Amino acid sequence: MTTTLDIRAYHLRLPDTARPVLAGVDLTVDARETVALVGESGSGKSLTSRSVLGLLPHGATTGGTVEVDGEDVLTMTPDRLRRLRTSTAAMIFQDPRAAINPLRRIGDFLTESLRLNAGTGARAATDRAVEMLEAVGLSAAVLRRHPGQLSGGMLQRVMIAAALMGDPALILADEPTTALDVTTQAEVVALLGDLRERFGTGLLFVTHDLGLAAAISDRVYVMYAGRIAETGPAAALFERPRHPYTAALLNSTPRPDAPQGRLAAIEGRPPGLREDLTGCSFAARCPLATYLCSQQAPELLPVAGEPARRTACHHTDRIGTRGGADA
Amino acid sequence: MRKTVLEVLGLHRSYGGVRAVDDVSLTLAEGRSLGIVGESGSGKTTTARIIVGLERADSGRVLVHRRDRTERGRGRADRLARAREVQMVFQDPYLSLDPRMPVATVLRETLRLHFPGTDHERRIAELLDQVGLGPREAAALPRQLSGGQRQRVAIARALAVEPAVLVLDEAVAALDVSVQAQILNLLADIRAATGIGYLFITHDLGVVRCVTDEVVVMRRGRIVESGPTAEVLARPRHPYTRLLLDSVPVPGWDPRRIAAARRAL
Repeated sequence: MTTTLDIRAYHLRLPDTARPVLAGVDLTVDARETVALVGESGSGKSLTSRSVLGLLPHGATTGGTVEVDGEDVLTMTPDRLRRLRTSTAAMIFQDPRAAINPLRRIGDFLTESLRLNAGTGARAATDRAVEMLEAVGLSAAVLRRHPGQLSGGMLQRVMIAAALMGDPALILADEPTTALDVTTQAEVVALLGDLRERFGTGLLFVTHDLGLAAAISDRVYVMYAGRIAETGPAAALFERPRHPYTAALLNSTPRPDAPQGRLAAIEGRPPGLREDLTGCSFAARCPLATYLCSQQAPELLPVAGEPARRTACHHTDRIGTRGGADA
Repeated sequence: MRKTVLEVLGLHRSYGGVRAVDDVSLTLAEGRSLGIVGESGSGKTTTARIIVGLERADSGRVLVHRRDRTERGRGRADRLARAREVQMVFQDPYLSLDPRMPVATVLRETLRLHFPGTDHERRIAELLDQVGLGPREAAALPRQLSGGQRQRVAIARALAVEPAVLVLDEAVAALDVSVQAQILNLLADIRAATGIGYLFITHDLGVVRCVTDEVVVMRRGRIVESGPTAEVLARPRHPYTRLLLDSVPVPGWDPRRIAAARRAL
């Protein structure tokens, strides 16, 4: 199996901060694989996915490598970056209304990138647009519409069609269903699954929703304060978390089949960027934390007996099923 | 039998040819929590806004403690009295708080308006304590607070007038899961301590299960199903409620089947 995205020891630092925003991120996506990157606001999940397209914040300094199809994005020339964004990797954003120019027709939006960057002719680009609209379940009539004439769900399909225009090896989807209704979310997710099989693209799905991540992906990465806390096959990670943060996240999520009453909330909040972190970034909120945790950041290491999983916790053997800490 | 605090009877509201709210009736008893669940366009937010008084109904009545809210006049005293009946917490506290006003001032303004000539400083401290904030947050501006803290301020401001009903419109939807859990727990504690009634507007069935006793499911302006929350979620009778439940992603989820069911409905 070929690796489409390979991020290694990736560091990102912003001016006027006490700690790196991303501190040693390792993440891979293979061809035809759906990988979910889960985290709360400020965890660095969106920065990670944007880095794959070379979309870095102003003044950022980086270390490590971010390879797409074997080429490091961090050292690409502007010209090469443009070609990467046209044909190799594409992004689907959370709010299609904010990402599509409301004054231009859908047809212009879909064909613009191919015509400008790949030199494709008008006829060929339009043919491709019709093909991609059909792939996402929309008709060619949509080409002549303006964004304001389409519903949120339809517009997100247009976003997906646009992402497919350049036949990318990798699609980055940043909370693509968060702005949609729950029943529409199911439709968009079903569509992404179909397209992966049909076009063989790798998919990095960025979300705050651990349930959604577990439902749709092959593997999950859980991120906290700029580090990968835990990674592994979706079902196993959901069933038996190996990091206290994953466990706490599962326990604090209200579920329709759970009894009424208080939730096991995680007290406190994530560390700010102005605080330097010496030990584990979750230690201040962790029920299992010891002196060791405040002194030494745990490495992301394989879980005993489960080679496909890795966790960054000094006390992983003390975590019970469904997060109940066996302390 | 608990006393009825809020009664909504045959509410209608149309915009152009669209029936946004179509014959909606509901009852909320003292100290209870009622959920309104639906997707965008279901009419849940319009219903809430009519109850609060931000929107007028074409027909139908809203009664608080058996008194019709629309019968009161439009004068200052009547408006203040209406505000003391029902208060609202919005989804985004960043938009509902004045960016230039420190937290303590926000509360002081509300108290001065509704209860002139009383000891506000003690009440401010009491309200902040009730929502888990301290003196440091009292002096802060909204932008110096986190999303969860801002929502705590919005709740404290709503509680300041001691309303009979608190309407929460997607009040935890914009928060991270770990913070959302803190706020949901806080709301449960406040209800237990004060006996206030909640009308909880949300699209999230997990949240509904966690904080409501009863629920109504709305679709295209109409109530399609209602009953005790535990029962409705365990044994949904309407196909739309079932579709909403199936749409919650869990491991082994089949989005294709849901997409098909949605088209069939």
